[in-house]
Amino acid sequence: MFKRIAFSVNGKAFNIEVDIRESLLELLRNHLGYTGAKKGCGVGECGACSVLIDGVPTDSCIYLAVWADGKEITTIEGVASKSGELSAVQKAYVEEGAVQCGFCTPGLVLTTTALAESGKEFTREELKRELSGHLCRCTGYQSILKAAEKSLEGHICTCVDSPHYKGK
Amino acid sequence: MYNITGYYEADTLAEATALLAEKPKLELIAGGTDVLIKMHGKAEDTELFSLRKIKSLEIIRKAEDGTIVIGAMATFARVFKDPIIREMIPILTEAAISMGGPQIRNIATIGGNVCSGATSGDSASSLFALNARLKILNSLGERLVPIQEFYLGPGKVALKPGDILTEIRISPEDYQGFGGHYIKFAMREAMDIATLGVAVTCKLQGNIFDEIRIGLGVAGPTPLRCLEAEEFAKGKDISVETVAEIGKLAVRSTKARTSWRASKEYREHLVEELVQRGLKIALVNAGGAELV
Repeated sequence: MFKRIAFSVNGKAFNIEVDIRESLLELLRNHLGYTGAKKGCGVGECGACSVLIDGVPTDSCIYLAVWADGKEITTIEGVASKSGELSAVQKAYVEEGAVQCGFCTPGLVLTTTALAESGKEFTREELKRELSGHLCRCTGYQSILKAAEKSLEGHICTCVDSPHYKGK
Repeated sequence: MYNITGYYEADTLAEATALLAEKPKLELIAGGTDVLIKMHGKAEDTELFSLRKIKSLEIIRKAEDGTIVIGAMATFARVFKDPIIREMIPILTEAAISMGGPQIRNIATIGGNVCSGATSGDSASSLFALNARLKILNSLGERLVPIQEFYLGPGKVALKPGDILTEIRISPEDYQGFGGHYIKFAMREAMDIATLGVAVTCKLQGNIFDEIRIGLGVAGPTPLRCLEAEEFAKGKDISVETVAEIGKLAVRSTKARTSWRASKEYREHLVEELVQRGLKIALVNAGGAELV
């Protein structure tokens, strides 16, 4: 059974028939070529498949493709500028060496992008909590956390042990 | 690819109940974080009925009589951020943020959590301590079911074919004047299933316990209340000794079992200890002095 839906990926509009059995991850990877979203656990625990749906980080493996109707999807392919310049978040991940095998990176960069775009301030503990839905098996969490903090620079951090702590 | 043979949606509750009356075998899906995962490797065909387009089910509000009404389709992220819940029933705010990880909380709903019937459901112990009542709608009418009567067994709830859980309601007499605390005990601080969930609320009168309530998850096949301990506490002096006795008595209401997560003995130890810790914080939140 198929259902027609209209949605956009990284600003590009689609109006297509999708199989009701498919997840958004399968639609993105197998039919539209957005292979930056990865399939890890397939049950919403590892976060490798995360994409932004109307700006909100979501596990695309347990999100039905038909639910994308009317939504704006952002994948990792849509984060850098059209000319290929990396976003501030991507640059922070590179500078902090927060990428090893890279499998968790698209999801982490997208979640960090959503945090940066929220304009909110986060303590280190809150940042850890916001990133907790992404598993990194290269055990690079320290660099990832630093990259996320760097991405959000300009915020006032209240953690005394944070490199961004500026005192009260 | 999920083994879905049909997919239905409704825009309004009236449409939803009418369709369900006609096709009672449709499986209801809310956020999908439980329903879809259970479909992995499931052989039989499933026809899904999504409630996601019914926006009226996402609203959280305070009714005129003070009842807090939580739409069944409110996500955990929404419950966590909601100012009414944070002010009036913060044990539910604490429970909401303990659930899954951010991407799951962005999509999983509180109604779905209750309907999945898991004793480990992160909203369950708090909703038990708050005496939540569930509004259930079908094509014939609606009814209110106390949450204690809704959980029938592991994964089994009192929903009949054609029923939709629409609201979770908490009456003012179940939160006004109470202080509370929620503890989720798990091996990890995120993305984990509770080894034990403990929600404690209490109301004080000077230096005595007027009323306490203890809701536990994973201490039995369904979430439960510790009625013996609650009864004992009424009118007792607030002291370390009373709190210790409440912890001991709480264990008597449990039916913990050994699973790969924890042994029965360990869970019982956790109940005794965490009920005390929870109560000590709850009584400070209720305006009492810290027990040392």
